[in-house]
Amino acid sequence: MLLDWGYVAIFALVGAAMVSLPLLIIWLISPRSDYPQKFETYESGVPTIGQAWSQFHVRYYLFSLVFVVFDVEIIYLYPWAVVARSLGQLAFWEMLTFLVILVLGLLYAWRRGALEWV
Amino acid sequence: MSGEAIAFYLLAAVTLASAVVVVTTGNIVHAAAALVPSFLGVTGLYILLNAEFVAGIQVLIYAGAITVLILFAIMLTEGGTGLAGRQRNEQAAAGAAVAAAIAILLVAVAGRTTWTPEPGTLPSYTPGAIGQSFLRQNILVFEGTSIVLLVSLMGAIMIARREE
Amino acid sequence: MAWGWELLRAFVGTIIIFSAVAFIAVMFGVLLERKISAWMQSRLGPKHVGPQGLLQTLADTVKLLQKENIVPARADRTIFASAVVIVPLAALLDYVVIPFGTTRSGPLIFRDLNIGVLYFAATSSLVVIGILMAGWGSNNKYALIGGLRSAAQMVTYEIPIGLCLVTVALMAGSLSTVTIVNGQQHLWYVVAQPVAFLIFLIAAIAEVNRVPFDLVEAESELVAGYFSEYSGMRFALFQLGEYGEMFAMAAMAVTLFLGGWRGPVLPPVLWFVIKLYALIFVFMWVRWTYPRFRIDQMLNFSWKVLIPVSVLNLVVTAFFVVAVHR
Repeated sequence: MLLDWGYVAIFALVGAAMVSLPLLIIWLISPRSDYPQKFETYESGVPTIGQAWSQFHVRYYLFSLVFVVFDVEIIYLYPWAVVARSLGQLAFWEMLTFLVILVLGLLYAWRRGALEWV
Repeated sequence: MSGEAIAFYLLAAVTLASAVVVVTTGNIVHAAAALVPSFLGVTGLYILLNAEFVAGIQVLIYAGAITVLILFAIMLTEGGTGLAGRQRNEQAAAGAAVAAAIAILLVAVAGRTTWTPEPGTLPSYTPGAIGQSFLRQNILVFEGTSIVLLVSLMGAIMIARREE
Repeated sequence: MAWGWELLRAFVGTIIIFSAVAFIAVMFGVLLERKISAWMQSRLGPKHVGPQGLLQTLADTVKLLQKENIVPARADRTIFASAVVIVPLAALLDYVVIPFGTTRSGPLIFRDLNIGVLYFAATSSLVVIGILMAGWGSNNKYALIGGLRSAAQMVTYEIPIGLCLVTVALMAGSLSTVTIVNGQQHLWYVVAQPVAFLIFLIAAIAEVNRVPFDLVEAESELVAGYFSEYSGMRFALFQLGEYGEMFAMAAMAVTLFLGGWRGPVLPPVLWFVIKLYALIFVFMWVRWTYPRFRIDQMLNFSWKVLIPVSVLNLVVTAFFVVAVHR
């Protein structure tokens, strides 16, 4: 089993090298003609107004928050899915309880407007 | 030195180096980005311990969801500009003392633990075995976890929406 | 030295998969997109470079390699540069667990991990980090807004994907992709789980930011979204990431629902490629047919429709699986 992951590690390392290869190539062969206007930040052709960052709405945070909770729920579903057949009815009802409690959480978020974009 | 030992030292080095970057860099977005190699290093350590399901979860939740959450939270604050903040404040001395005390405690505990278990006493870490364990022996803990998740979701939404 | 031999196998396998994905999937995929969109719009698409325009993408790549390397002045160089590597790498890491076929000695897969399906979900979620870093590192308002919205969208649609993966794992009784393909000997899961198949396809289209869910990178909306400031080969690498992820999602859909490489007469790899390109054609067909959703419509659709439906589907499936097994 560790061998499997050794393969994955090699895949990741060799892959990172192969993806960086074009970057190396452009560093070597691309032409350079630097003048200041070229490095201006793009804003539809006009000079930029203010800095790029402005305070963002809390809705991004709320979305990722609800996502984290549901992601944790899904990782409980994976081991259950593997053994659900052999554990029979009791495990089904236990998992149903778990899912119902978390769907209640989704409903709460829905009603409180945490899932609204505006 | 066996391959596992080399892998362990490499992964530990990556984890520790990126953790040091997280703690010391002034740019908060860099700190959040440096969390990712640290989480991936811990993933590798879990794999070395034969806990591949936990490793998969670590990438999925920590590197995938928690980092996104932290980055979104940073974007909500002034830290999103990437300006360097102060790295020390007036409580640096007290903080150093607490950190030293915790370090001594951890080293003492690590020294007293027997790290080599008897062969055959470790539980199996396959997804099937984990599923069996929390649907049979640890069912109450499992349902309790769902309540904890629900409560944390409700609490966070209440706090985040309070200013509306 | 046994481990030297394994190292060589891993190395060669990686290079084969990367080259196959980069050339057969992505380069051919970009060309296919241009040709299919052209035929659907009553025009011809690229014709000149190579026979029937087959070498068009190769020519484009060679051109992009020679372009100047422009990094905006106030961009954060470390994050700007690392995002370019993370997005394609995370997309290509998906291919480790996809079974392309079978040979006499076993399945044709890079590595049959025990947690195959979970690994796929995990590497798909790494792409989001790369996109956030690209958006932030560009120091450009359009890129930042595009990056944040793109991250919110991808994160929202990962939940229906995860639930569909769990449903198929429930039917097969394992997280390993090879076991899932073997479990479809008698019946493809698309027949047993049409709802999950549909949800997976819709969520996969949203996950790779394609029309009708591409508000975050549409030219009329946000210039190019999170990769606005990336030009030349860096842009090509992001395209590699996006198309690579699309092909990976299609390949996973083939593995989970369409029986993987199973099929009567032809060699398994050929069946896999046929099914894969059939799904890719569907993705491209959808792209050039539908208008795009607004971002709030898109997110509401996931939270309020896809997730409840996929949870219900999971519960019903579990009920039948447990009841039948008794």
